[in-house]
Amino acid sequence: MSTLEIRGLKVSVETEQGEVEILKGVDLTIKSGETHAIMGPNGSGKSTLAYSIAGHPKYTITGGTVTLDGEDVLAMSVDERAKAGLFLAMQYPVEVPGVSVSNFLRTAATALRGEAPKLREWVGEVKSAMESLKMDPAFAQRNVNEGFSGGEKKRHEIMQLELLKPKFAILDETDSGLDVDALRVVSEGVVRAKAANNHGILLITHYTRILKYIKPDFVHVFAKGRIVEEGGPELAEKLEEHGYAEYVSA
Amino acid sequence: MSTLQSNLLENHTPTGREEAWRFTPLKRLGGLHDGTAVIADRVSLAVKGTLPQGVTFTYGDIAAVTETDDAIINRVRAHTAQGTTLHIAANTELAEPLFLHRTQFGVDSAEFARTQIRVGNHAQATIVLENSGDTHIAEDVEIVVEPGAHLTLISLQEWGAATIHAARHHAVVDRDATFKSVVVTLGGDLVRILPTVDFIAPGASCDLSGVYFATEGQFFEHRMFVDHKVPHAKSRVNYKGALAGNKAHTVWIGDVFIRAAAEGTDTYELNRNLLLTDGARADSVPNLEIETGEIVGAGHASTTGRFDDEQLFYLMSRGINEADAKRLVVRGFFNEIISEIGIDDVEVRLMARIDDELAKAGK
Ligand SMILES: Nc1ncnc2c1ncn2[C@@H]1O[C@H](COP(=O)(O)OP(=O)(O)OP(=O)(O)O)[C@@H](O)[C@H]1O
Ligand SMILES: [Mg+2]
Repeated sequence: MSTLEIRGLKVSVETEQGEVEILKGVDLTIKSGETHAIMGPNGSGKSTLAYSIAGHPKYTITGGTVTLDGEDVLAMSVDERAKAGLFLAMQYPVEVPGVSVSNFLRTAATALRGEAPKLREWVGEVKSAMESLKMDPAFAQRNVNEGFSGGEKKRHEIMQLELLKPKFAILDETDSGLDVDALRVVSEGVVRAKAANNHGILLITHYTRILKYIKPDFVHVFAKGRIVEEGGPELAEKLEEHGYAEYVSA
Repeated sequence: MSTLQSNLLENHTPTGREEAWRFTPLKRLGGLHDGTAVIADRVSLAVKGTLPQGVTFTYGDIAAVTETDDAIINRVRAHTAQGTTLHIAANTELAEPLFLHRTQFGVDSAEFARTQIRVGNHAQATIVLENSGDTHIAEDVEIVVEPGAHLTLISLQEWGAATIHAARHHAVVDRDATFKSVVVTLGGDLVRILPTVDFIAPGASCDLSGVYFATEGQFFEHRMFVDHKVPHAKSRVNYKGALAGNKAHTVWIGDVFIRAAAEGTDTYELNRNLLLTDGARADSVPNLEIETGEIVGAGHASTTGRFDDEQLFYLMSRGINEADAKRLVVRGFFNEIISEIGIDDVEVRLMARIDDELAKAGK
């Protein structure tokens, strides 16, 4: 059983007009096996939260703590965070020219497992992960995310989730840009990975449709850089119906 | 052994103010340019393995097929009328690449070498010119690609740290012939290569690609000139460079001249540089001169940038440490061109050398 604990997290970014505070004190605790959904208006800071936990250099932590089983996540480099068990499926996965998916995946798996996976078993693992996400095997030879459609990028992220087996997965709008079939395939990938690894999930989304596949235990409303309400799955239904007006106007 | 000091050559000693020499640190040329180098009697170029059918490799009298205004090359020509001729007979198709390498070296003296590569009508060949070890050398390489022939020339500068290397690779490309050149410069103290192309009949094309990686103190210059003087010829230039360490300096010049007669010309040139540390300098000068509007296309681009933080973050967020992430990005950057070589063990060797250069830079 692992615990990811976020306490009073404050984050700012450097802009031309100076430092701008985006996260204004976020508190959130996620345990293994739990699924937390975060919903909130555009620009409220959801991706900022995800990137800050993963250690993106653009964000400056100005207050608060993030710990994983008591270890100080904020003191770790980006790769150390991944090794500690954090995984971020990005809203906009990055293209890496000239680096093939297969080389990338194997390098990542080697780094996370501490040794190179045995070639034969690895080939099988990758093949079945690709098959279950309905990705053409040809993707293994393509460059990371280069020329992938929006939906293909998201499948590739979830394929990594299945292969890299983190303790906590942060999924930033993994459902955006997916057609109905892709949404099902990708969601099933998340559910399968969770069944296998019992990781905790922080799921950032704008829509309840993904919550039909990935059932949240908790729903958090995010507005203006903090969590403003918490509840069960029924809260998501309410948000879909009424929007965020009552949280934003306050 | 001779040291030529004719008036003509003295007049041709570059001062550094000439356009062609303005980036080159003349003091580091070991006297190749001003007649002070001691020229040894060595002919270092040799064939690796056995010559295939239809190929001859001989040493003897040689007559220049092209003119040049390059001061060093003119010294080489004035010094010797002999050189190496590699001839590929018409209609010969080489199944395997032909490897040439160096067998003699010297840094107390210099070699002035002349080489001609002739690829006969409709012949096809891949030639790999491997330069390793340490030497001082100036080389006039003339390449004749006859009608319908296809030549791929891969020139590898895997030199040691003391090498001074000045070369002109000049290709004369005839009707419907193709010339593909891949120049890889990873070692040497000073390397200056002039890949130049003359199209002499319609339907000719060239593809000049290159990769260079300069670390602390190294100077690598690649200076193209593509002369479109006939209609319907096509040229592509794509060079990629990385620089790391104090006083690493690279120069890329892409001169493309589309003359009035060259209707239907199609040309594009590209140079990208990756600055991996402070203190390095990449000069990149694309230069397109167009005398006719009746062309298919003409363009150029040049970029110089640093590591992309987003790429490094993405890789590191998957557990890959910073050094390995940088290595992946640099390999990826060069892969586009290295993979064109198409010879597995050469590609693997070059990538390993690129890793070494990067590791050196990281220290
Ligand atoms: N470099 C920057 N300069 C100025 N503002 C920035 C910068 N980076 C982020 N922001 C701002 O921070 C706020 C939060 O952005 P973030 O991407 O976290 O929002 P989000 O909740 O994920 O939105 P969405 O639902 O649209 O994905 C936005 O208002 C954004 O414009
Ligand atoms: Mg977002």
